[in-house]
Parts: sequence; structure tokens; C-alpha cells
Amino acid sequence: MNAALRLVLSTALAMLATCIFPVLVGLFGQFVGKALVLGVIDVGHAMLLGIVFGFGMALARQLRSPASITLAAGAGALAGIALVLVAHLAEAANLRWMLVSMNPAVLRQIAYRLPLPEACAALGLAGAAAAAIGAGLVILPATIGRALAGAFGGVVFAGLLRELLSNMLNGLAGTDDWAFNYDGLLPMGALAAALLGALACVQPGRARYLRLPSPARTAVTLALLLFLLALPALTNDFVAQVMMMVCLYILMGMGLNIELGLAGLVDLGFVAFFAVGAYTVALLTASGGVALLQLNFFAALPVAIVLSALSGFIFGLPVLKVRGDYLAIATLGLGEIIRVLILSDMMKPLLGGAQGIVNVPKPELFGLILGTPTRLFYLTAVMAALAGYCAWRLQHSGLGRRWLAVREDEDVAQALGINLVQVKLSAYTMGAAFAGLAGGIFAGMVGSVFPQGFQLLISINVLAILVVGGIGSLPGVVIGAATLIGAPEVLRDLGEYRYLIYGLVIIAVVRLKPDGLSPAAIRHREIA
Amino acid sequence: MFDIKDWLRRASWVDWFLLALRLLVVGVVGGGFVSGLLHPRYGRDEWLSFAAFGLTIGAIYALIALGYTMVYGILRMVNFAHGDVFMTGGYAACFSLLACKRMGLLDSQPLLSLFLTVIGAIVVSGAVAVLAERIAYRPFRKGRGLAPLISTLGLSFVLEYSARGMFGAQNRSFPSLPIIDGTIDVLGLVMPKTQLVVMLAAILTMIVLTLIVMRTKIGTAMRAVSEDQDAAILMGINVDRVIVFTFALGGMLAGVAGLLYGLVYKQVYFFMGFFLGVKGFGAAVLGGIGNIPGAMLGGFALGMVESLGPAAFLDGLGVTSPYQLRDGIAYTMLVMVLIFRPRGLLGERLSTARA
Amino acid sequence: MTPALQAIHLTRRFGGLLAIDGVNLTVPKSRIHAVIGPNGAGKTTLFNCLTSFVQPSSGQIWLNDARIDGLRPDRVATLGIARTYQNIRLFGNLTALENIMVGLEVMRPESLLGTLFSTPAHRRLVHATESRARELLTALGLAGRGDRLARHLPYGDQRRLEIARALSIEPQVLLLDEPAAGMNPVESHAMMELIGRLRDEYGLTILLIEHQMRVVMGISERITVLDHGICIAEGTPAEIREDPTVIAAYLGARAAKHGMDAVL
Repeated sequence: MNAALRLVLSTALAMLATCIFPVLVGLFGQFVGKALVLGVIDVGHAMLLGIVFGFGMALARQLRSPASITLAAGAGALAGIALVLVAHLAEAANLRWMLVSMNPAVLRQIAYRLPLPEACAALGLAGAAAAAIGAGLVILPATIGRALAGAFGGVVFAGLLRELLSNMLNGLAGTDDWAFNYDGLLPMGALAAALLGALACVQPGRARYLRLPSPARTAVTLALLLFLLALPALTNDFVAQVMMMVCLYILMGMGLNIELGLAGLVDLGFVAFFAVGAYTVALLTASGGVALLQLNFFAALPVAIVLSALSGFIFGLPVLKVRGDYLAIATLGLGEIIRVLILSDMMKPLLGGAQGIVNVPKPELFGLILGTPTRLFYLTAVMAALAGYCAWRLQHSGLGRRWLAVREDEDVAQALGINLVQVKLSAYTMGAAFAGLAGGIFAGMVGSVFPQGFQLLISINVLAILVVGGIGSLPGVVIGAATLIGAPEVLRDLGEYRYLIYGLVIIAVVRLKPDGLSPAAIRHREIA
Repeated sequence: MFDIKDWLRRASWVDWFLLALRLLVVGVVGGGFVSGLLHPRYGRDEWLSFAAFGLTIGAIYALIALGYTMVYGILRMVNFAHGDVFMTGGYAACFSLLACKRMGLLDSQPLLSLFLTVIGAIVVSGAVAVLAERIAYRPFRKGRGLAPLISTLGLSFVLEYSARGMFGAQNRSFPSLPIIDGTIDVLGLVMPKTQLVVMLAAILTMIVLTLIVMRTKIGTAMRAVSEDQDAAILMGINVDRVIVFTFALGGMLAGVAGLLYGLVYKQVYFFMGFFLGVKGFGAAVLGGIGNIPGAMLGGFALGMVESLGPAAFLDGLGVTSPYQLRDGIAYTMLVMVLIFRPRGLLGERLSTARA
Repeated sequence: MTPALQAIHLTRRFGGLLAIDGVNLTVPKSRIHAVIGPNGAGKTTLFNCLTSFVQPSSGQIWLNDARIDGLRPDRVATLGIARTYQNIRLFGNLTALENIMVGLEVMRPESLLGTLFSTPAHRRLVHATESRARELLTALGLAGRGDRLARHLPYGDQRRLEIARALSIEPQVLLLDEPAAGMNPVESHAMMELIGRLRDEYGLTILLIEHQMRVVMGISERITVLDHGICIAEGTPAEIREDPTVIAAYLGARAAKHGMDAVL
């Protein structure tokens, strides 16, 4: 019995600590005003309940007995009450001079502005319920567990992506009347989402898809692809914009995948080649200021690719001799050198300094100006498809095998006659070319380039995409980009917190699922 | 003994390229230097004050570099989150001072509050470093490869953006300490008191570190583990404890560095760990990774180059506003060291057994 | 006739330790030559020097008429020296077939444009490479196992796959580092036959390190004995068997008393 008590207490403590974290960093405050299901629950509280729910599941996984439901409920209740008390104390202590998000208004909202006893009761109950359900999911028969998980997943999905979904669905099915309104997901919509989620999870789509005969499978894939491609045209600019960014990052992800995923080169200076591409296109196409030629976008793009590949070649030549972790630092240094140079007064007459280059015209193809997000999306998608084809061909070529061989065992590869410098350099150069292409498109898409736009964060974004999607897998890149770029783009309130989430996701994925989330990773290739 | 004929027999075009790059770097630096000498723009006092600032900032780099070097010496892993440990130290120092100020302690007992601040910075940074070990290293101790590298990179982002969320996106200004404001005359050179204090504090910290590493039991164990991990295990050394201790020690040094940085620059911000981290790592490599005296030397050398470099050769090259390129010099130097002398000035000292 | 492989006064120093000290070695074409010696005698260091994996401190290495010491390992490999490893080092996450194709493609690389646009010439080349790889698999008794990941193969198959991979770069000289390590007598006998057959079929010059005397005495035409980095004897198996220095140094006092056969 003593052990059970200790388990409950330690779980409650872990729940409490983990719940305090989003409050402390202001994530909770950011989302407490945003409804998940209108009039039922907001995103902030859903986050806290989700944490408690997760710990409930973990506890049940550990014990694997029906008693774990009671224990989890106890821990959840304790954690809920403790959270109320901590918030109360924090409000009294008034720590705003240090912790900017310790806002009394937000702190009081944790317990819905209830007086202390009621607040304890309410959050205690909520915590107990969430933890018990979490534990129940593990204990209950698999089918029911999956259905419940699907239902919750459906609601969270619909609630978080409400903006995107309502945009998409209303164009197709007129869901605005009952499922969504301007402020959020309506209870009826939530119910529908829960039902759909439960249905989808009782028999997961992937299993069903894999059971199809292969022509049917191709047909389903094609239909899905066509649907995705048609989406921006059917819906609105917002969707097009999101999908355009996703495509751009897919493009970069495929480039880094060649370096990191195939050849095993940790490149944190990826953004440098993105910058080279963007600045090349900007300088060659823009008018006024530091502009050079005022070329057409499609004439400038190949130049951008060649120049960034060339800079990758020149920088890679000396640097690729250094060992793995040193390479990461050296490339990081390169990214920063490029940024410092662009920003400096020395290069200002050439590159425009901190003011950047504006007036980059939109791409124009045979008189058709690709000005709207939808058109730009199609441009990016076509480019991404072309690049994807190249990446796929390369991956399954002799060169691709040589990259993998070098990644597996450098010494043996060299003793087999593989020229390490040549092979690594080819990966690095091609990665740089992909980045340059993405940069060029970016310049045409945004219409201006600024040095502030080329921070290390872009390299990290791309790295995170690979890690999450599964290093070395092309479908993984698509999945990673959709989750890491698409989702936060839609959850616009996330703002700078997205990098916090990236960090957490990277740690979690590396630790729990080192192959990434991609279901299509054919081969088991460990990061470690 | 360099055999030029043998070099020619073996050399490939890559070697020729590297030779050309070497000559280019030497040419640019040397040319700028000579041309700067021909058109002197700065007097003796200016050079001395550049040097003093170089030593000050170099002392901070050295403290950060020590953390990298000790961890790398034992685990052969780059701790990407180390710069952010330094950042937490800076914030801890800032808020300790602010708390002292709010309680009126800063005015009545300035030395006591400085002491409390040092303790605050050391404790917080040490704790964060130990936490980093727990989260991002221990699970991957067995495996080699990219996993620990990527997870510390993730941790670095978590720390940075947690700090941003907790303490705000703006720079937080460091409370001023009247006792170390103003200037002081050292052997005819007038320099800010802060710089002198920072240098002395850093040197004192390094002496304490040296004593810990050379004289204490756990320090001896540290050296043993970094020499040969397997042998250390056979000798009954608890390697886990040594690793945690190493992280804690490195974190504490970074905490001191955070405090000193705040004293010099009078502000802290959430992203500062990134830049200082890269430079600290550069200093560690410059000195020879795994080598404790090397990290100290590397830190000071990097600080000097960064602070004298713009005046010494960029001005001579006719570069406009050379001080904007200070960071560029530091990063270029880092890359050059990695390429041409990855063993560093004093040579690597690494564990023979892979961690 | 110039020997296929020749090492002249080869020395390698690690700090204060002389891992190999003035070793001379001459292997004529199409011979099987063994290097034996107790643990730590410098056999693997010798192999590492011959393949340029470590640079000799002094001395020269000649492959036919070309001096190869100091060249990059990949140059040495493409000039005609391939090797296997004492602890098997395959590309574990590549299939058996791909392991071999990597080597084949080093000798016959495809063009980048051909790869991207899948030209007919490129497809013919890939097809040829693949069937050549399958031939090699068959030659080494690995037919039908080409599509399995190398690290999923059983131990004996991995040893043979490593030899197949070494053959894929069409070497003149093959260095085998303990090819029969960890095998029972039946398996090592099969390995012996395989090595002999490879020499005959491909006209290979083979240099091998081996601990199992049965293997060494059975197939090698000449034997070099290393001890503490120094070459203490060289000769035919029969000569080595009788050589008192070898018996004393290599097999210890007990063998010196009872003759070599006592320990075999």
C-alpha cells in the first residue's frame, strides 16, 4: 500500500511540475482565451488536462491493472488541487518583476476565477477525471481505447485547426452554420469530430489502405494528392499560403535530407545557402537600389541554384574533412559569418545592408504574373515535385549508395575506393543547391529579402522537420514539414512559442521514436 | 621535418586548394596588418584599452570554454545547450541582484548582495547543467552518432524559449553596482573598474577550478575518466557520478561567466547563450578540446583577436565600420581552426575509450 | 618478374611503441601468403599500412610498379588492394546486394545526368552492375540472399559477403584479416577451399592473417612470422613448422619442448 501511495504522490508531483511549466513560460496565458470547443473548454485548460491525461496513461502503462484508474484519479485530483494552491501563492507573492507571464489575471483564470474552495474542488475533479480517463484508455479493451483516443484526437484536431478546417470545409460542404463559427468550434462540430475520429481509429486508415490491392492503392494515393493540390484553389488564400510554406520547407528538407539523412553530415549552416539563393534572385530581378540586371525570375532561378551550389562546394571542400560534431559547429559558424557579412556596412553597397532588398517582382511566366498565394503555391509545388523527383533518383542511385556507405562506415567506404571528399562534397553541394532553389523561390514569393530573415532558426526548422519525419526518408520530410510548419502556421497564436515546442518535440522524438513519425520509412535507419 | 617532394607526390587537388586558402588567409590578415601599421590610426592608450577589453571578454569566453572542454574530454560530445546554461546564469545573477535591490540589501550591504548573486548564479546554472545531462545525455550514453547532438540542440531551444516566455523577449537590464562603477588607473592605463573586477574574478575562478581538478578526489577521478574510461571503471570509479559532477562544475563556471557578462554588458537576453556558446566552443577548440589550460588560453586568445582584430587588420584593409565584423572574425577564426588545426594550440586530450 | 606486392623496411611507430619495425615482405603474383604471429605482433598494423589506413613512419610499399605508400586509402583501393576486417565491418543497413554494388560502382560510376533522367544507357549500366553483383553473390555461395540487410545475415554469410564486397572492386591483391575466425573446423575447411578457388578463378594475389594453423598451413605457399613488430622468419609452411625461432617465440616454451604439432 505504501508503494501505491508513493506512486500516487510522485505522479501528482510530476503532473504539477509539468503543468506549472506552460503557465510559467506564458503558453497557458497565450491560449487560455482561445476556445477549443466553444463554451466548453479553452485550449489553455485543454493543455493542462492533456498533461494530466498523459501522466495517467503512463501510470497505467506501468501498472497494467484496473487499480491504476483509481490511483491515477487520486494523483490527478492532488495535482489539480496543488495547482490551484500554487497559483494562489504565486498571485500573492507577485513575481511579475521577474516572471513576465505571472499575470494575476492569468493566474486567476487557471481556476476560472472561482473562490479558493470551489476552485480546488473543480480542478481536483477535472484532474481526477482526466487522469482516470488516461489510465482507462490503457486498461480498457483495445478497440474501445482506440475509439476513445480517436474521439479525443478528433476534437483536439478540429478545435486547434478550426481556422483551416472551417476555411476548407465551408467551401466544400457549408459547415459554417452548425460546426464552426467565427470564434471557434461549436459543440455540434466537436461531436461530429469526435465521431469521425473514433470511427477512423477503430480501424486505422493505414491498415485499411495497406490491405487494398495495389492499383486501388495507387488510385487512393493519386486522389488524395489531387485533392491536396486542388485545395488552395478551392478554398482561400490563407490555405494557399500555409501550403506554400509547407512546400518550401519540404524543398529545403529534401536538401538537408541528402546531407544529413543520406551522407550523415550535420549541417547547421543550411540557412547560408538559402540566403545565397534568395539574395541572388533578389539582386538579379529587383528594380532600383542595388539591383543588377532586372532579369525574369525564371532566368534568375538557375543562377541562384548554381551560385549556392558553388558556394556549398567552395565552403565544403575544406570543412568536410573535419569530424562529425566539429562539422556541426563549423557549418553553424558559416551561417553566422554569412549573416554578419550581409548585415555589415562593408557589403552594403552590394547587398543593401540591414535595409535589405525590396521591390523583388513576383515571378512571371509567359506573361502570367504569379502574384496570388494560390499561384505561388502551384509554383512552389511544381518546384518541390521536381526537386523531389531528383532527390528520389539520387537516393536510389549509385551515388546514393555511396552516401549511405560513407554514413555507415567512413573507413571501410574509403578502403573500398570511395573518395570521401568527393562523395561528401557532392552531398553537401546538392544540399546547398536545394537550399538555394528554396531561397530563390522565397525571394520571389515574399518580394523582398532582409538579413534578419536568415537566422539560424531556419536551419533548426529544417533539422527539426527531418528529425520528426524520420531522417533519411523522403515521405518523412513531407510529414515533418506538414506537422512542424503547417500546424504552427495554422495555430497563429503560437508565435515564438513554436520554437519551444520544436525543442520539446525534437527531444521527445529523438528519445522515444528515433526513426521519426513517418510510417513509410521502409528501412530501419537509426539516428544513433 | 617537411619533405616537399613527398608532399608533391601525395598531394591531390584538395590539398592544393587548402594550401591556397591558407595563403589567402595569411595574405589578407598580413596585408591588412602591414597596411594598418603604415597608416596608424590608434595611439598606445587605445591599443591598451582594446587589449584590456579583449582580456575581459576573453575571460568570459574562457569560463564558458572550460565547460565544453571538460564535458567533451569525458563524453566526446558537444553540449549544444551549454551556451544556454550560461544564459540561465546571467538571468539568475540579474534577478538575484534585483531581489537584493528590492530588499534594500544592495545599497546597505553591497558585498553581501554580490556574494548572494554569485551563489544564485552558480546554483541555478549548475542545476540546469545537471538537468541537461539527465534529459539530453544520459539516455544516449550507450549510443554513438547524432542522437545526443540533436537532443542537446533541442534542449538548447527549450531553454532559450522558456527563458523568453518566463522573462520576456526584451533585454533585461542589469542593476548597476555603484562599488564597481567608474574607472581605475592600473599602471598608467585608465580602465573601467568593472573590467578589472571581471578579469580578477575569472582568474580566481580558474584557480579554484584548477585546485578542484588537481587536488580533490573527485577531480582526480575526473581526470582518470577522461584519460581512460574503461580503466577508470575497473579502478572502481563511479563514472556516472563523475559525469554529473563534470556537468555541474561546467555549469557553475558558466554561471560565473553569466554574472560577469552581465556586469560588463549591463544586460541579459534570452538568446545571448547562442552566440557566446559558439564562441566558447571556438575557444575550447582553439586551445585543444579536452585540455583545461588550453580552454583558458583559447578563451583569452579569442577575446584578444576579436577585440584587436578589427583595428589591427580590418581597418588596414579599408573596411567600413570594421567593428560590425567583430563576430565575423570570431566565427571565421573558429572555422579556420577547425579546418587547419583541429587539435588546437595545446593539443587535444581525449578519453581513449569512446563514451 | 616484379612482385605483386612488396613492402620495403616498413616501420610504424605509435608514440614510443614500434608496432612494426623494418618489415620486408614480397608477395609474387597469384600466390597465397600468410602472416602469422602472436597477439599484438603487428599483423593488423601491417595490413593498415598496406591499405594506407595508417601511414608508415618510414619504408616503402610497392604495388606492381607503382609506389603506393602515403597515397589516400581510396587511391590504394582503386589501384588494386582490397581487404576484409578481423571484426566484420559491413554496411549493416544496406542489403547484401547493395554492399557489393557500392564497390562495383566505384569502378564503373554512373553519370549524374543519366541518374536523373534514367537514360537507356544508364539503365543498361545499372542492369549490368546488378547482374554482376548477383554473380559475385553466387560465386561466394550467397545466391538468393541479396535482398537481406547485411546485418541480418548469419555470421558465416557475413564473412563471405565481406570477401564478395572486397572482390567487387576487382583487386589484384586481396588482404584477408582472419577469414576463418570464429568458425568450426568444417567451416574453416570450406573457407580454405573458397580462398584457394578465388585465387585460381580471379588470379588474385592473397595475403592473409590467420590464427588457425590448420588453415594457414593448408593453403599458404609462403608464411611470414611477426613477433613484436619484427619479422622473425619467412619460408614455406614446412620450413616454418621446423623453424626453432618460430617455435620458441610464437608458441612458447611448451611447444619448443614437444614440437609444433603438440599445440596444433
